[in-house]
Amino acid sequence: MSEISIRAEELFSIAHWPITNALLLSCVALGILIIFAVVLRTRMKMIPGKLQSITEIVLEEILSLMDSVLGTRRLSETYLPLIATIFLFIMTSNWLGLLPGVGTIGLKHVSEGGVSSLIPLLRSPSSDLNFALALAVISVLSVNIFGTLVLGIKSHISKYLNFSSPINFFIGILEFIAECVKIVSFSFRLFGNVFAGEVLLTIIAVLSPYLLPLPFLFLELFVGFIQAFIFSMLTLVFISMAVQEHEAH
Amino acid sequence: MEAELVKIIAIGFIMGVGTLGPAIAIGLIGSKSAEAVGRNPEAAPKIQTAMILAIAFAEAIAIYGLVITLILKFVA
Repeated sequence: MSEISIRAEELFSIAHWPITNALLLSCVALGILIIFAVVLRTRMKMIPGKLQSITEIVLEEILSLMDSVLGTRRLSETYLPLIATIFLFIMTSNWLGLLPGVGTIGLKHVSEGGVSSLIPLLRSPSSDLNFALALAVISVLSVNIFGTLVLGIKSHISKYLNFSSPINFFIGILEFIAECVKIVSFSFRLFGNVFAGEVLLTIIAVLSPYLLPLPFLFLELFVGFIQAFIFSMLTLVFISMAVQEHEAH
Repeated sequence: MEAELVKIIAIGFIMGVGTLGPAIAIGLIGSKSAEAVGRNPEAAPKIQTAMILAIAFAEAIAIYGLVITLILKFVA
């Protein structure tokens, strides 16, 4: 099937920087989140309206969930911006990718073999490995930077470079490899789930376009939310492990 | 055997064997956490959060196999 491609198709380029359809939709998601935040900020009142009440409830729930992992409300409020941003950005991107028109409306493209295929104008951002990889790198870097800020450079580096005994040195190397593997695991979890969902929806739509895609669309809705939740929760758990004092073995 | 045939066989094999481990793992995680909630219903939110995290880790392994399969089918 010529419409399914692992790489996000390039639409045009701005001075050698290729703009892909996934990048376009992620900018749309960014715009939606920014407009939402600006509107909430300018209309903030002491007696909240409907939108402000719903946002306050959601924030309160996220904060109590973070409390159960981190321990104190002060810590939760420190790390709330990163965790909530990751969660909201991934969830908005995943849910925007399910709208009608995303992946279907596009430009006609004739490749060298004479095969004409469709290049979609918009494509789910998380189905591009670059999106997931960027978020994973930001996540793992933030975990290490937070650990360094709280514990101090010496204490943090001693997790990876531990010369007290040969076994501890080996364990330090393994910890370092585990950090690199975390990047791969984060990105492939998000990319694999969303890309596989897209392929599934495309094939179901080809086989039987009426009624049958409904349960699969519900599944994709659920998977989009769960993957955003998992990404932010895992980042939170790694931050809590990096920030607490290193107990003696 | 031509390359096309071997590719198709490889795709089927990867998906068949690669989802076996994660399926068993998720089943074990679910059963243990249901048991834990049954023994201590008050701790249900904590257990649920830990269960969802563990299930995501286990599912990621199956996703690795799926990504290889998709690459085999659509790219190589």
